[in-house]
Amino acid sequence: MIDTAEMLKAFAPHRGDSIVIPGRGGRHWTQISDQPNRDLPVGDPAMGGHASFGLGVALSLPDERVILFDSEGDVLMNMGALPTIAEKAPKNFYHFMLDNECYATTGGQPVPNAKNIAYEVIAKGSGYPATYAFDNLEDFATHLEEILEQPGPVFVALKVNPEVENTPIGARVRWQTRSRTQVIDDLKDELGIEGP
Amino acid sequence: MTQHGEGELSPEVVMAEMKKNGVTHVVWLPDSETNFLYLLMEADPDLDLIPVSREGQAFSTAAGLTVGGKKPVILIQNTGMMESGDSLRGWGLSLNIPVVMMVGYRGWTRHGVNTDTAATYTERFLNAFGIQYYLVENGEDAPRISVAFEEASRTRRPVAVLVGDEYHGFNR
Repeated sequence: MIDTAEMLKAFAPHRGDSIVIPGRGGRHWTQISDQPNRDLPVGDPAMGGHASFGLGVALSLPDERVILFDSEGDVLMNMGALPTIAEKAPKNFYHFMLDNECYATTGGQPVPNAKNIAYEVIAKGSGYPATYAFDNLEDFATHLEEILEQPGPVFVALKVNPEVENTPIGARVRWQTRSRTQVIDDLKDELGIEGP
Repeated sequence: MTQHGEGELSPEVVMAEMKKNGVTHVVWLPDSETNFLYLLMEADPDLDLIPVSREGQAFSTAAGLTVGGKKPVILIQNTGMMESGDSLRGWGLSLNIPVVMMVGYRGWTRHGVNTDTAATYTERFLNAFGIQYYLVENGEDAPRISVAFEEASRTRRPVAVLVGDEYHGFNR
């Protein structure tokens, strides 16, 4: 199992100018990122949508490398997004998926068939040209440069330690420092994108 | 050009509205009300078609495209729109995405007697989310599509166009 914060720290030197959608890794990434205006920490607007959101960002900005840290719960909820990503095949899209085998924010209940799903096989079968799976940080770090140097879409499944939260949602400390709409406006300003 | 009966909503007219409003991407899942557009859209080099497997994916995809400065339109059926409630809420409304969704109005009849619950709940669904909508059932109504685009842009909210016409005449 990989520690999510340590994984993101290993990724950070390879980020370059990439647009990063930290997804379920948002609480850690906001502490690590050195280019917050190129990040899209939109939190969890509606579960299951991050992969499609990342696809849209990648297709709309083909000259930018777009990196998504998705989760297995999100992928399970909208697995049909994978064939769409594979068909559109954005060469600038890198789809990392954090697999903690549970719904951590609701108390750690297991996802369906939690320990027996090969997500990288599902991605490969959906048409992703390149897929990887790692369950330890050392292997991940060793392959990271290779992953990011090849054209997307690339899918990377990562077994991570669950960070289970049991406190009521209203009592949790918010890690977001900007609203979702501010995050989007900041990225648009950074890239010089006009329009609503 | 395909021949259409007087008053029918022609695909060329709908395409012209989309082009006039600068649509760059069509995020869609086929339905019987709007299938007439497919061949035209596919042949247009300026439109990028993004097929989804479930309608909720359309809202998050459109949100991503909008963040990157593109102008998507969503093309789905009312049945799928109702399935997509949480995505519409989270990826559409909470991110202030100014997207027009053209929604096939399955079961709709101008005679006011619905036998299909898909039609019964369509406008109730949109009203529950506070989504403005415009009914388009023939060529004369087509300018309402531009009204929807203008309203979406001005309000930074999703706006719906209900397509109350089936090309093969199911509603006639």
